[in-house]
Amino acid sequence: MDRTRGQGARPEEEGNVMCTMIVEKSEIAGCGKGPKGWFPLRQVNVSYDHPFHAPLEHALNIDFVNESEGLGARVAVELSPESARRLVTVILAALARGEAGS
Amino acid sequence: MYETNMYEGMLAETITIQGHGGDTINAYYARPLGGGPFPGVVLIHHLPGWDEWYREATRRFAHHGYASISPNLYSREGHGTPEDVAAKVRADGGVPDDQAVGDIEGGMRYLRSLLYINGKIGVFGTCSGGRQAFLTVCQVEGFDAAVECWGGQVVMSKDQLTTRQPVAPIDFTQGLSCPLLGLFGEEDQSPTPEQVSVHEKELEKHNKKYEFHMYPNAGHGFFYYHRPAYRQEQAVDGWSKIFTFFGRYLDGPD
Repeated sequence: MDRTRGQGARPEEEGNVMCTMIVEKSEIAGCGKGPKGWFPLRQVNVSYDHPFHAPLEHALNIDFVNESEGLGARVAVELSPESARRLVTVILAALARGEAGS
Repeated sequence: MYETNMYEGMLAETITIQGHGGDTINAYYARPLGGGPFPGVVLIHHLPGWDEWYREATRRFAHHGYASISPNLYSREGHGTPEDVAAKVRADGGVPDDQAVGDIEGGMRYLRSLLYINGKIGVFGTCSGGRQAFLTVCQVEGFDAAVECWGGQVVMSKDQLTTRQPVAPIDFTQGLSCPLLGLFGEEDQSPTPEQVSVHEKELEKHNKKYEFHMYPNAGHGFFYYHRPAYRQEQAVDGWSKIFTFFGRYLDGPD
């Protein structure tokens, strides 16, 4: 194997984890707003793999879906790992406050 | 070599072919106009789906004189935007290996059925498609050259095996039936440089004809001009190596 010459290095945050096939899934209840408006959610798919759009080489991808309404019934977010952790924290904090007061 | 007074034309369209199990799947097909004979290339799309980059790459091979076909490996999952379809496949853990191999073989058989093919067929894939390219030429006869670009999970640990990917592709190395070109980035984490070395050692062990290039300052997907992973210098060099490699093994009749 040769080591072909290349140009300057890029920042560490553009490091790559691809083709991981890491996915966690759960049934959920709620509603999401997709390209055709609101629809009932049935499942959430959380993956650590290729984002489609975020300018990151790896991302925490969340797809809220309802396959019975077609593949387009999807609400997608692609987060940096740090942002995903912050999301978990604020969701749990909001739940704790809301459920404590209910 | 193209010169500015040459005629040039291309046909590019969506077609259907017979894939794994005789299933009808759709494919994007592009070829130079004229009677040929042309060598053929099967392009295997990446995990983000049968997307615009792959249709462009299919036309790029046609521009360089190849009858080129890119089967939609996600055809059975239903139809929608490439991202929505690929998101479903991602959630399902990818498509089954035997199904992908059958679909890629279907692309090769379609090309071989054409009157203007010179009898030589290559295969090109990136990302999961690079892995599937290697997997296919280790299991299917009928390809004359293969290009594997940053194929993740050629080397797999036992805990990565699933019902859809039950055997690590590296375990099929002995069956490799054609010369292999591999392009990789030093900063890639799937495959890591260490995994590429393991891949290479297995090829050496079985005395296979191969050529691997490891690019510094490049990671996964350094051909993708629409992603931050794009590396201009490495991509230009990589494409040049691909066309040189295919030129060596695919140009000219049997």
